[in-house]
Amino acid sequence: MSGRIHISREVVLGGAMLVLLGLIATRFPAFVEPGNLANVFNDTAPLIILALGQMAVILTRCIDLSVAANLALTGMVAAMINTAMPDLPIPLILLVAVSLGVAMGLVNGLLVWRLSIPPIVVTLGTMTIYRGIIFLISDGRWINAHQMSDSFKAFPRQVLLGLPVLSWIGILAVIAIFILITRTPLGRAFYAVGGNPNAAQYAGINSGFTQCAAFVLSGALAGLTGYLWVARYAVAYVDIAGGFELDVVAACVIGGISIAGGAGSVAGAVLGALFLGIIKNALPVINISPFWQLAISGSAILIAVAVNVTQNRPKGRVILKKAEHAV
Amino acid sequence: MLAKSPEKEPAAGGVRADAALETRAVLSLAGITKSFPGVKALSGVALDLYPGQVTALIGENGAGKSTIVKILTGIYQPDEGEIRVDGETVQFPTAEAAARYGVTAIHQETVLFEELTVAENIFIGHAPKTRFGLIDRKQMLRSARSLLERIGAKIDPSVPLKDLGIANRHLVAIARALSIDARVVIMDEPTASLSHKEIEETYELVDRLKAEGKAILFISHKFDEIFRVADRYTVFRDGELVGSGLMQGVDEGQLVKLMVGRPVDQVFPKRTPNLGDEVLKVAGYAHPSEFEDINFSLRSGEILGFYGLVGAGRSEFMQALFGITKPSKGAIRIDGEIAVIRTPNEAIGKGIVYVPEDRGKQGAVKGLPIFQNVTLPSLGQVSSRGFLKMAEEFKLARDYTQRLDLRAAALDQDIGELSGGNQQKVIIAKWLATKPRVIILDEPTKGIDIGSKAAVHDFMAELAGEGLAVILVSSEIPEVLGMSDRVIVMREGRIAAEFEGEGLTPENLVRAAAGIEEARP
Repeated sequence: MSGRIHISREVVLGGAMLVLLGLIATRFPAFVEPGNLANVFNDTAPLIILALGQMAVILTRCIDLSVAANLALTGMVAAMINTAMPDLPIPLILLVAVSLGVAMGLVNGLLVWRLSIPPIVVTLGTMTIYRGIIFLISDGRWINAHQMSDSFKAFPRQVLLGLPVLSWIGILAVIAIFILITRTPLGRAFYAVGGNPNAAQYAGINSGFTQCAAFVLSGALAGLTGYLWVARYAVAYVDIAGGFELDVVAACVIGGISIAGGAGSVAGAVLGALFLGIIKNALPVINISPFWQLAISGSAILIAVAVNVTQNRPKGRVILKKAEHAV
Repeated sequence: MLAKSPEKEPAAGGVRADAALETRAVLSLAGITKSFPGVKALSGVALDLYPGQVTALIGENGAGKSTIVKILTGIYQPDEGEIRVDGETVQFPTAEAAARYGVTAIHQETVLFEELTVAENIFIGHAPKTRFGLIDRKQMLRSARSLLERIGAKIDPSVPLKDLGIANRHLVAIARALSIDARVVIMDEPTASLSHKEIEETYELVDRLKAEGKAILFISHKFDEIFRVADRYTVFRDGELVGSGLMQGVDEGQLVKLMVGRPVDQVFPKRTPNLGDEVLKVAGYAHPSEFEDINFSLRSGEILGFYGLVGAGRSEFMQALFGITKPSKGAIRIDGEIAVIRTPNEAIGKGIVYVPEDRGKQGAVKGLPIFQNVTLPSLGQVSSRGFLKMAEEFKLARDYTQRLDLRAAALDQDIGELSGGNQQKVIIAKWLATKPRVIILDEPTKGIDIGSKAAVHDFMAELAGEGLAVILVSSEIPEVLGMSDRVIVMREGRIAAEFEGEGLTPENLVRAAAGIEEARP
C-alpha cells in the first residue's frame, strides 16, 4: 500500500542496485559474498535510520538539515556522560541520547510551527548552533577510545543471530517507521499535509503540529544514531558526520521521496540509502580515486532525480487526457 | 433611472440592435465558441467595440465574461469564430499579439511589479532606450509624468509601486495601457475594491479615455455604474449572447430580465421539505474585514441557499463558521446549546462540515488513493488503539462512495486520476463519512459536467430528506432557486435579504445582490 504509485520506481531502483552489484561482482567477486554484504548493510544502517526520519520531514514539505549536527551533539554528550560515569548502563545512555535528539527536533519543529520560519532556514540555523554547542561543551577536544568504557563501545558491535546490534537497530527502525507511516493517523497526516496542506486543514488536520511531529521523529532517530555512531567509531569530536545531512537528503531523493512533499515510501528511503551505501563501499574496493567517488555519488543523485521527474511527467499528461475524454 | 423609449426595446436572441451605428467598430468578435472539458463556456457569441464608446458587458457569474476577456487578450484561443480589427480578420495567438493590435486589459488584480518604480511599471517591456541600448531613465520619467498627467493622476513616477494604494495602482495600469497606444481598453470590475471618491475618479477617467477615442469594454456587476458610464450593453447568459444595444432605451428591469432569463435544460429533484428542529443558530457573526452582523437559523431537513456576487463574503463567512478563520464576534448555537468552534477539527466534532469550493486546492489530496481521501477527516473512526484498520477504511470508503454512485476502477486508485465530477463525489463522500448534522456545500457543481451535477443535486435532496441541514452556497441562480427552501442573499459582507416561497424569483435575487433598492422585500 505504501508503494501505490511508487512501485515501479522502487522496482527500478532495486533493479539498478542489482545491476550495480553485478558489475562490481565482475571485477571484485568478494564484494557480493553474504558476509561482505552484511558489512555493507551494517555500514549503511546509520544512513538508513536517518533517512527514515528525513523522509517523514520531507513528506510534510519540510527539510531537516540539522540531523548530522544533532547526531554529533548527542554523540558527544553520550561520550561525555560515559566518561564521567562509566558505570551508567547502556539503556540509560540510549534513553538520554533519544531524549536529547527529541529535544533538538522539537526546537526545529516549534520554530517551523509556531513562528512559521521556513524549515530550510530553521535547520540551517540550528545545524550551526548544535555544532557550536559541541565545541562549547567539549572545548574542541576529542574524546577517544581509551576514555570510553568497554561496554559503551561494545554495544553496537555485539553480534546477535549473526548480525551486529547496529544492523538490528536499523532493521527495527525500518519496521517501526513502516508501521508508523502506513498504519497510524500521524503517518497518514504526513502525506496529507505534504500532498495538500489546504485540504488537510479542512479535514481537521493541524499542519504545523504534523510538521513538528516529523521534526521530532527525525530528531529522535538522529539522537539514537548519535550514540551508535560515536560508540561504533569509538571517537567523538566537533566535526563527526560533517556533511552527512546531505547524504541523508540524497538517500531520500534517490529513493523517490518527492521534495515537493506528499509522495514517497519507506521502501524508497531504505533502497535509496542502500544504493548510496553500496556505491560508497564499492568504489574504494575497485580502486576509484576519492575525487571520482564524490562525482559518482553526485551523478547518482542527479540521475535518480532526472528519472523521477521524467517518470512523472508523461504520466500526468496521460491522466489529464484521460480525464478530458472521460467527461 | 433612465426613461424608456418604446422604439428601442433591447434586442434578444443574438440579434444586435445597432441601427444607431455611426462609427465603425474597431474590434468585433463574431460567432465565438469556446469549450472546456465538460463545459461550453461560450457558444457563438458576438461583441462589437466602438471608438470613443463604452460597452458594458453584463452577465451572472459563469456567463462567460472572463472567458471572452481572455480571448480578447490572447490568453485563450476560440474554438470557432472570428476576431476582426478595423474589419480585417486577425488572430491573437498570444497576449503579445493582442497588445500589438492595441488591446489591453486592466484586471481586478492588476499584475504589476511591487518593487519597481511607477515609471518602470509603465514602460516595462518597451522602455525608451539610449544610443547605447541602455534604458533612458530621464526620458522614461518624462514620458511617464506626461502620461500620468494625461489621465489626471497625481502620482510621482519615481516612487516604487508598493507605496501606492489600490486606486493609484489602477491609474498606473491605465497609464501603461496608454503607453502602448491602446485602442481597446478592457476594464474588468475596475471599481470592485475602491472607495466612493475613488470610484468617482474612475468614472472621470473612463470619460477621459472615451474622449481620446478609446473603445472601452466595461465589465461590472453594479447597475448604477453601468448606467453612469456605458453607451452600449451586451448581455451574456450561460455562454450565449442574449442581447445587446444602446443604453438609451433600456432600464434596470430589462437588463436583469436578460441576465437571468429562464433555466432551459436543468431539472431539479422534486422534494417536499420535511423540516425538523432548529439545528444551527448564528447570532451576530462578524469579521474585521470580510463580513458583519450575520444572523440566521437552520432547521434539520432544510436546504438554505446563500446567493451573492463574488466577493460578497459568503465563503469567508462559511470558513469562519467552520473554524478556518476566527470571527471577531458573534455566537453560534448547535441544538440550542452555545458552541465554540476554533478549529476545523472542533467543527467536525460538533457535526458541521464544509465542502470547499476549490476542489484542487482545498479538497482532494492528490497522490493519496480514493479510500484514504475519504477517511482523512474520520481517521479516529477507522482506527483502534492508535492504529488504522485498513479493512474498516475500505468499508467506510465503499459505503459512502457507493451511495454517490462513484465511477472508479478501484478504491485504491489515485484520486488525481478521476474526472472532476467523480473527484467531487469522493470529496462529498469524505464529508458524509464524518456523519455530520450540518453540511455546507460551497459551489458544489462549479465546473462539473451536467450528469455529475444532477447526481449532486439528487444527493443533496436525499440528504435533506434524511434530516441533514444543508447550506448551499451557489452563484448559479437556477441552482440556488431549484434546490433551496429559503435563500439568504449577501452583499458586501452583510445579509441583504432573505427570500422564501413566492419571493424566490431570479429577479429578487439579482436585485438584492446588486443592491437595487426598490426590490427589497
